This record gives sequence, C-alpha cells and structure tokens, in this order.
Amino acid sequence: MTLLQLDNLHTYYGNIHALKGISITVEQGEIVTLIGANGAGKSTTLKTISGLLYPRQGKVYLEGKDLTKYRAHEIVKMGVIHVPEGRRVFSRLTVMENLEMGAFTRKDKDGIQKDLRRVFELFPRLEERRNQVAGTLSGGEQQMLAMGRALMSQPRILLLDEPSMGLAPVLVDLIFDTIRELNEQGMTILLVEQNALLALDIAHRGYVLETGRIVLEGDAKALKENPQVKEAYLGGS
Amino acid sequence: MLRKFMRKHDVTDLVMWLIGFGLLVVVFIGTYRTLASGKYENSVWLDFFIFGLAQGSVYALIALGYTLVYGILFMINFAHGEVFTGGVFTAYFFAIAMERAGFIDRHWVLALLILMAIAMTVSVMVAVVLERIAYRPLRGAPRLVPLITAIGASFFLQYTYRGIYGSGVKTYPDFPALDGKLNAFGREWPILTTQALVIVVSALMMVFLYWYVQKTKAGKAMRAVAEDKEAAALMGIDVDRVIVNTFALGGAMAGVAGILYALLFKQVNAFMGFIPGIKAFTAAVLGGIGNVPGAMLGGLFLGIVESLGPSLILDGLGIPAPYQLKDAIAFTLLVLVLIFRPTGILGERLSEKKA
Repeated sequence: MTLLQLDNLHTYYGNIHALKGISITVEQGEIVTLIGANGAGKSTTLKTISGLLYPRQGKVYLEGKDLTKYRAHEIVKMGVIHVPEGRRVFSRLTVMENLEMGAFTRKDKDGIQKDLRRVFELFPRLEERRNQVAGTLSGGEQQMLAMGRALMSQPRILLLDEPSMGLAPVLVDLIFDTIRELNEQGMTILLVEQNALLALDIAHRGYVLETGRIVLEGDAKALKENPQVKEAYLGGS
Repeated sequence: MLRKFMRKHDVTDLVMWLIGFGLLVVVFIGTYRTLASGKYENSVWLDFFIFGLAQGSVYALIALGYTLVYGILFMINFAHGEVFTGGVFTAYFFAIAMERAGFIDRHWVLALLILMAIAMTVSVMVAVVLERIAYRPLRGAPRLVPLITAIGASFFLQYTYRGIYGSGVKTYPDFPALDGKLNAFGREWPILTTQALVIVVSALMMVFLYWYVQKTKAGKAMRAVAEDKEAAALMGIDVDRVIVNTFALGGAMAGVAGILYALLFKQVNAFMGFIPGIKAFTAAVLGGIGNVPGAMLGGLFLGIVESLGPSLILDGLGIPAPYQLKDAIAFTLLVLVLIFRPTGILGERLSEKKA
C-alpha cells in the first residue's frame, strides 16, 4: 500500500529552482533512501513534505490526502514526522522537556508514558540524562534525542535527514541499527543520507538525486551494483 | 609591556575605561560626602529603598513584556508602553464609576481585582491586535522594519488614546483602605500600605509567570519556539499561536503593572506609558534582554537606583534638587550597561548568534 506519494514537486528558494519535478513513492513498511551530492535537493524534498517549504507545483499525498494544503504543525498531527538535519534539539530545554515537546500534539497520557518507556528502552542513555539540558549532550546523544523526540509524536512515517552526520563510526552503527530495528517493528522510513553505502545497505529502495531531479531509481541492491552510482557515490571501486 | 598592552586595546577602549573610572570616582565621592554630611537619617534611606522597590516591581512587570517578546521574535516592541497605558487608562473610567457608587469604600479588594481584570483584558487585546496587524505581516522582514513599525504603532496608540479618552491628566480615585502605613501582625511597619500591596502583587505575578514559562506545556512550547521556530513547528507546535500567547502574556503583565502604577502615582494620561515603557526597556536590557529572571532583577535594580541614586550620589556633589535628575540616572545606567556589558546582568551571549 502506498503511504506517501510525491507527484512532480517543484520547490523554489526565492528564484532558485531547487526541486525540478520530484516524484517518489514510499510503501507502507519500507525504508526508502534519497542519495545524492550536496545541493541535490534531498533536504529540500523532506522540507517540502513536512510543510516547512511550499511547493510551487506538484502535490504530496499521504494515503491520498493532499498535504500541501496544510501547515507544518498540522502535518505533524497526521503522523509525518521530520527529524531535521543537524538534529535541532532544543538545547536549553532538558532531555525530558524535549521529549515532551515531541508529544506536544498528544493528549493520551497513558500512550505518552508507553512511548516514553519505549524511547528509553531504545536509548537508555537518554534516561540517564533525562534532567540534563540538551545543549550539554554529545552529538550522538543529541541524535538519539532527536529520534526519540520524533518517536514521541506517534509517527506513521519518519523523515530522517542525515542521521549519521558528524557522528563517530560506533555511533553511526548504533543509529543505523536503531533505524533497522524501528523498521522491523513496522515503521516506514524515508532516509536522506550522504553516506550512500550505509543508506543503500539498510534501504529497500532508493532514489538518486542530482540538481533537483531524480536521475536513477530502483532496488537498493541494484543501485549499489550500478556502475554510475558506484562511480559517483560509493567511492569508485 | 606597554606596547603589548596597546596592541590588544585601542584608544577607544582606553577612553571608555577612563569614562567608566571617572564615573565610578564621581559616584564614590558623591556617596561619601552625602553619608558624611549626615543630612538624611536611616529611616529616610529606608523610605527611599522601599519606594524604589515598589516602583521597581512595576518596571519589572512591564520589562517582562519586552523580554518575552524579544526572546521569541528578537524584536523590541517599542509600543509596549502603550499596551500598558491602554489597560490602566480604560480601567480609569470604571474606577471613577466605582468610586461614585461607593463601591471602592465598601469592597476595595473586589474593586481592585475588577480593575485589574479590566486593565489586563484591554492590555492583552491591544498587544494581540498589535501583533496581528503591525508585526505579523512583517515577520521575515529585516530587523529594522518591525522596529520602526513599533515606534509608529506607539505614536498611533498614544494619539488614539488621546482622541478617545481626552488629553488631560486624570486623577485616579483614592483607595481609603490603602492610606497610611501598613498595620499588620499587631504593629505598624515602616512601609506604606500601597507600596506593600504593589510589591506583593508584583511578586505574585512574577512567580506565576516564572512557573508558567518553566513548568507548563505552553511555557515549554514558548521556550522551544524561542530557540528554534522551525524545529518547534516540526513538533506540531503552532508557532503563530505561541507568538500570540507571548504577546498576550506580556500584555497581561502590563495590565496589572498599569493598575499598580496608578496606585503609586495616582495619575493617568494618554502619554503616560512612554517613560515607564522606556524605563522598563532599560530594565530589560539591564537584566539581559530575553531573560525572564533578568527582567525581574533589572526592574527592581533600576527602581532602587532611581530612588536612592539622586540623594545618595548627587546630593553630595552639591547639585540642587537632585531628585529632578532621577531619569538622567536611569538612562546613564542604560548607556553604561550598553557600553560595558551589552548582554546585561544575566544575559547570555546570544544576541549576535540569533540575529
């Protein structure tokens, strides 16, 4: 079943034509990855889905419902949760307060408690530091917090933007293990990643973006073997 | 040695230090001579101090409005003084009516609460409408634009009040129950009942505000929006609504401050908000703009300096009628803070990063 569908999206920054007709589908339960160089339009695509940017043309459908008519905070309520690039935790709020903000739109106290326990099971480090101000966390812990905060919003689909950025290899493994674990529990994930090898390893399907256009798409395994992709994104060999 | 020193600090620094040092010497000499002359008794100093505290609490309440809005939008709402005027001036007409009916004599507590409720409502409305009409369309414009708009809005409101409510100075009715010194716990205290009331009510409002910002969900959302609007929107927080809430909260504080101001000074007019507004702005800068406890501290500090300063510092320098110069002291303080510690007492170094 198609959960998210992007239909010929055109997004502009002022006069700069950033997305030139992006069409993507994400099926329920899939990990789909967008790979491409800096400035290819990966983050712009996610921002257009989550309502931080408005497309000048084209539509975003969540189970057939047009998201481009809604504002960012309304899209959150429908279960499209965007973990932005650079983590963007609230550095002056405590870990607990950050997680509470994740559950901002929810009223079900029991459900929130349940999700909180789930987040702490996934990232025990966050529980240890629950009363610490988020600005004092390490980069890896902030990424955990950003993802934990997103999980508090009852996501139906997670949009992850560069979750490995600036992290030590051990932590990258931990984050990607968590992404895989979440997916095995049924979470649909749209993953944007500079590290194409890593992304294609865990994704089911992938799209390759170049200057605002999709130049290649297909099965993650096939993309990994594709000579063009190898040449450009997987370090040649 | 000297050359190394000169390389690190240019001539401007040196001149600034000289000015600062000179002022310190002046303050010191003035204070010493005043105290040595023994012109004022201890009880007079205490009176000055308490008056400063009362006036400072009013400044602090108004300053909160500046600091809350700055914390979220990084803009100085220069029309905040008029938000303050709107509430207290509107409530004036109800106060007069209540006095005529004898309501103030019979139920002064209730009368005061009603007046505060009216002032808060009007101030909140003015603040919210101001945000909607004057500031929201300019969000995302260069920072100078809303600033100029704020000054324009300030004048617009002043003359609107004058048009609607008349141009004269109006005298607030007296609360007979609040006359004289405070009698409580079986003795008389060296503080006027009005002043005690002003200090207690402001303290309650500040405790409430601090609790609201720190502990409630709406307050946490406010802090989240202050830090990162985009990330806050991605949490499902309606950023526009939080901004309206912030203006409303500042307006409510200004409304209460207005009634307290009327209790202390007994007078209202269409332009009354200007000076307290700019003093409260000074207080907010003094404490570190954008910082809630800073605004409270800055307000109290400014109130006390303004009340003690003229007699303590200027009297000893042989300046006649030093009390006339209290505003000069307040604004000298503003200039000094901006020169020597632009981030204020409790301020963080965020103004540049966030700008």
